[in-house]
Amino acid sequence: MAAIIWTTIGAVLTLSVYSFLYKDNPFYKFAEHLVVGISAGYYLVIYYFNFIQPNVVSPVFQLRLGGEAIGLGSNTWWLALIPGLLGLLLYTRFFPKIGWVGRWPLGIYVGGYAGLGLSPIMQARVLDQIGANALPLTSVTNILVVGGLLGTLTYFFFSMKHKGVLGVMARVGIVFLMVGFGASFGYTVMSRVSLLIGRVSFLLHDCLHLI
Amino acid sequence: MRREIPLAITFLVGMFMLVDFFVPHHAVSSAAAEMKQWGTIVIAASILLGVGNLIRVHYKKISRKQEGWGYSIVTMSVMAIMLFFGGPWGTIQEGSAFNWMFLNVQVPLQSTMFSLLAFFIASAAYRAFRLRSVESSMLLISAIIVMLGRVPLGQLLTRGLPEQATLPWLTEMIMAYPNMAAFRGILMGAALGVMAMGLRVILGIERSYLGGDK
Repeated sequence: MAAIIWTTIGAVLTLSVYSFLYKDNPFYKFAEHLVVGISAGYYLVIYYFNFIQPNVVSPVFQLRLGGEAIGLGSNTWWLALIPGLLGLLLYTRFFPKIGWVGRWPLGIYVGGYAGLGLSPIMQARVLDQIGANALPLTSVTNILVVGGLLGTLTYFFFSMKHKGVLGVMARVGIVFLMVGFGASFGYTVMSRVSLLIGRVSFLLHDCLHLI
Repeated sequence: MRREIPLAITFLVGMFMLVDFFVPHHAVSSAAAEMKQWGTIVIAASILLGVGNLIRVHYKKISRKQEGWGYSIVTMSVMAIMLFFGGPWGTIQEGSAFNWMFLNVQVPLQSTMFSLLAFFIASAAYRAFRLRSVESSMLLISAIIVMLGRVPLGQLLTRGLPEQATLPWLTEMIMAYPNMAAFRGILMGAALGVMAMGLRVILGIERSYLGGDK
């Protein structure tokens, strides 16, 4: 009985979402707000239990962590308290007079990820890619890969006018980009259609038992 | 001081992370690991801040009985239910009510929302794929080959032809060569952009993340 009720609720919600194809309506809005609420609640709980509780709340409030109590004032205690306070500083934006203090944790986060990303990005996304593309021009496929990369990079090179050789290379780049975008588009359509098939299968198989 | 202190923090933390990559010393790497942990905690706190803001917006809407306040009650109630099942009175383990809600309500609803995009993509494709130029025809041909080449219909349509003329083979070729070349170029360009932006942030040239106030 419970299975029938939940399947029916699932079908009603699925149809509510698809009703948007006709026009915006109260059923769609209901489903939309349901998703927002459930997602917010889900992520709040997950982030709290996965990050805040084990790294801040448990050590700072002397709760046992892995069977071992953290000593008050110990290095571990301070190392848990400081990021906890930094996290709390974010909430100062609710108080306009001291809202600017909320920029401090932002500085740590933004600066940290800017610095952290620089070298690995240079290594993985530039140098390694150049290395992988340094191919001998002995086959059609290698010429395609090398020419395509040079053409694409030329197309995004705006310091000189795309005339003459540069213009021809940029043109080649556009062709490669269009083929690439077409392939990506094809994949995106297929992934969405496979989700659609999943929901239609739910409606026709699980709910109506037609297939 | 309201802007200088965060700029100094950004510079120091950014440079320290940069130094960590080049100095393989235990003291530096353990300090950098601690900083990364701090960053993760700040992100988690910012997620909680985002949810707090959502609650504030919907609470205002309900208390002022603004248009659509009934839907705000739906959002707040479902959020409260999730917090009840997953919070101090509940558990997030497999088989719990919280996990059940996630698997049976959130995941199907989100997948339905995403599947809705299939229809909008189809209508966008109709407009984008009209054969107006060589470029748009390249996009059209490539997309059709990839879409058909990955499904049984594509195999059926070109059955009996030499392998090099079948749609699955053409799809593999498109993905392995022109597609890879184009996206490698985009990847490199984007990486250079990210690096330039990272340097601007560390050096304090880019300050938009601090907000508009003084």
